[in-house]
Amino acid sequence: MAARKTNQKTSKKTAKKVAKKTGGTAARKVGRKRKAGARAAADPAALQAAALESIHQVAAQVHRDARAGRLPQIQMPQRNLANVRFDKKVGYFEMAGNLKTRTLDVNSVKTFAQTLRLMALAKEMVAGEDFATKREAYYVSKNWGDAKFNEQRESDTVLDDIEGMFSVKDVTREELRFVPEEHGGSVVGPLVVIDRDPETGEPIRSDCTGMGSGAFTIPSTVDHLGLETTADFVLAIETGGMFQRLNHHRWWRTANCILVEMGGVPTRATRRFVRRLADDLRLPVYAFVDCDPYGICNIYRTLKVGSGSAAHVNRKYCVPSATFLGVTPQDIVDFGLQDATHPLQPVDVKRAKDALKNDPFFQAWPKWRAALKQLLKMGVRAEQQAFAKWGLNFVIEEYLPRKLKEPKKFLP
Amino acid sequence: MASRKHATAEEMARAQKEISVSEFFAKNRHLLGFDNPRKALLTTIKEAVDNSLDACEEAGILPEISVTIEQIEDDRFRVVVEDNGPGIVRAQIPNIFGKLLYGSKFHSRRQSRGQQGIGISAAGLYGQMTTGKGPRIESRTRRGKAHRYEIQMDFTKNKPLITLDQELDDWPRPHGTTFAVTLEASYQRGLRSVDDYIKQTAVANPHAEIRYQPPGSDEPRVYPRAVKEVPERPAEIKPHPYGVELGELMKMLRDTRCRWLSSFLQEEFCRVGPKVAREIIAAAGLGERSYPTRIAREEADRLYRAIQKTRISAPPTTCLSPIGEERIREGLMKECDADFYSVATRPPAVYRGNPFQIEVGIAWGKPGEERLEVDQRGRIRKTKRKRTTDTEDLLGAADEPVRVLRFANRVPLLFQQSSCAFTKAVIQTSWKNYGLSQARGALPTGSAVILVHMASVWVPFTSEAKEAIAPYPEIMKEVKLALQEAGRRLGAHIRKGKRVASEYQKRNYIEKYLPHVGVGLQEILGFDDEEREETVEALRESMEAARKI
Repeated sequence: MAARKTNQKTSKKTAKKVAKKTGGTAARKVGRKRKAGARAAADPAALQAAALESIHQVAAQVHRDARAGRLPQIQMPQRNLANVRFDKKVGYFEMAGNLKTRTLDVNSVKTFAQTLRLMALAKEMVAGEDFATKREAYYVSKNWGDAKFNEQRESDTVLDDIEGMFSVKDVTREELRFVPEEHGGSVVGPLVVIDRDPETGEPIRSDCTGMGSGAFTIPSTVDHLGLETTADFVLAIETGGMFQRLNHHRWWRTANCILVEMGGVPTRATRRFVRRLADDLRLPVYAFVDCDPYGICNIYRTLKVGSGSAAHVNRKYCVPSATFLGVTPQDIVDFGLQDATHPLQPVDVKRAKDALKNDPFFQAWPKWRAALKQLLKMGVRAEQQAFAKWGLNFVIEEYLPRKLKEPKKFLP
Repeated sequence: MASRKHATAEEMARAQKEISVSEFFAKNRHLLGFDNPRKALLTTIKEAVDNSLDACEEAGILPEISVTIEQIEDDRFRVVVEDNGPGIVRAQIPNIFGKLLYGSKFHSRRQSRGQQGIGISAAGLYGQMTTGKGPRIESRTRRGKAHRYEIQMDFTKNKPLITLDQELDDWPRPHGTTFAVTLEASYQRGLRSVDDYIKQTAVANPHAEIRYQPPGSDEPRVYPRAVKEVPERPAEIKPHPYGVELGELMKMLRDTRCRWLSSFLQEEFCRVGPKVAREIIAAAGLGERSYPTRIAREEADRLYRAIQKTRISAPPTTCLSPIGEERIREGLMKECDADFYSVATRPPAVYRGNPFQIEVGIAWGKPGEERLEVDQRGRIRKTKRKRTTDTEDLLGAADEPVRVLRFANRVPLLFQQSSCAFTKAVIQTSWKNYGLSQARGALPTGSAVILVHMASVWVPFTSEAKEAIAPYPEIMKEVKLALQEAGRRLGAHIRKGKRVASEYQKRNYIEKYLPHVGVGLQEILGFDDEEREETVEALRESMEAARKI
């Protein structure tokens, strides 16, 4: 009933007041303001040498096979959920080790040629300290005559194969200088990001409290960044709308936290960035996503344990310590959102059932299985924005403070 | 009263008289293939050429036949057919060419092109009726001088009138016959034309050399001889009891010289010995010593039924002269240039007591189009072979229905294709199994010629014009079996072609991308161009070794 009253009275002023109050209590509860820092995570020169060596090894093997009259073979891990295992203690999806072998034959000759030519491009970029986006790599191929890619989808697939192939040798796609086209998510809050001017080498400090109504954008590679913070936790948010609301009301100040906008399934850069916040700055990470199979099984699952198709890179690109703040199926009941829901579509039901049956993450957590079954039983989905039913800032004034009182109860 | 007088029987009797065959023909010429000017030209030539071929073969001579068509007026043509046959004895010439239903073949149980003895005299008669001029015949036997006859037919009496009888001192050939006639006709090319007939005749008679000069050409086209042996002369056989109908049986009973029924059966029929004769006579309830000429109609009927009930072995097949697989292949190869030939001959079979034999030949794949060849090293090359014949092409395009060439005793059948047993058998065969596409109830599609030949003592035509074969179940069955046999080989060939084509495509694909493997390796490992080329060549060899066809 209290919730309903607040809803009726909603105005900017009261909302701010309440937000300040609740944020204050949260900060008090943590009890201290901590300043943590981290340096760049890797040594560029060593990475460069390792990448070059790996490329050379693969090509040399193909060359040896060819001159010995053998049909050359390339091995790479299978990239699918079936080749993934999950151990709670490890905390992320690991590759189960099944390899696929690509032998040079009529069906593979085109891909084989393209793989080698992209590896040659990688070598050139590593040596020349340049990079190419996936889109650019696709366009580079247009100069290859017959071997060119007709669509970016084709070059992306070959790049993924190359990535898998080299992940076995512990070399990432970024280290091969192929960077994703899309940038990472947005960040605001008490965080200072220390980057480097690529031309002068001068350090550049970005204070994420000073972004006005905008936000700091996570770059496509993050391991070279230095980080400093006084925040107590990280809130990873699914939608831009919710992120804007919390940023607008400076909730990161009241709650003393870092807000990260994921924008759907988090990109690798976003996952790596949040991981560094969690590991290097020792911050707890809470996820705030829609209550539907996509939000839970795709967005949250990928943030926490990585993806099935990129299992070879999950070690670095996920946040095993993350927990699930909401929206949980139980929240729909607890916060009276039943009439602000939509029915589950067949595709949602399929996704949830598939997760229950095949996804090692959900198989490992009885609590999650129960939650998914509850959702399926209710047959509805609720969005983050559904709280607006009780007033636009109900989420700031009521929902988040109430949930944050008991982080231990978050779903794993 | 007298204005509308009814005829009395006596008056009617005055109008009742014998109709001569010639007169009958004059009114019903379509029955013999003279329906229209175009067909009249074809039938005239066909009858003359058929006779020439029959005569040459009977005399064991390799036929050399020349056909000339000369246009005299718009609708008037002169046809001259010359052969190197044995020639015709002088006294017989007027009867053979001037009298309908006069001939040697009607009563003989021997395989020949002609059957009734109508054709050539009908051609002369047609010429006479349309132009007023009868045929001119020149003939020379080995032993005599050449003679020239010009004949007019009295077609009320079915008798020849000799208008010219000349002995020729100087005749160009040692023996042979020349038939010349002027007739109202029209000449066209294309399907069912004289050109078509000559071409098909050359296919089925590879032992003959044919020269053909159509109107308006200066030089004859030569259809060369591909086989140097005259086909073996088929033996003459007596009728088989199963093949004789009641009326014919009664006539035979009346005409026989045998005095006992038992000896009549054994003498006049084949495959009847004392035992079979006894069985038939017992089943008919007659006496073995009954006098054949005294057997009455009811008794003849019982005899006829008894024959049908008695088991009698099949007639001998020595009377058949099939073209032969090798000759069909030769004939097709010389007149129908194709990529692949498949030929099948069935063993002899019997319908209604008549022995017959079916042969099939298929020519497939139009030359002049690109095709693939596999050399001994297993490499595939694209080649383009030129067409070797310059005469009209029997093969159609790949998206047209196949051409069906029908032959009865080596004579091409050009008309009534759809009602012919051969066409029906082709349609009823499932060609999809053999690599050709085929719509339901239609001829298969493809650049192919399907030849069907029936050799028989008595070919069951559906009409006197000898245009289509009657679909007796036994005949249909044999044709289908032959088509299947030839079709299986065609199917294997087409499938192999498809395999080679797909392999060729795959190798092209390899050829397209393999160099890029070399470039990639070169860029990473930094070796020189020579090393790159050698690496690519090594890969190519390994890959081709892994892909044997």
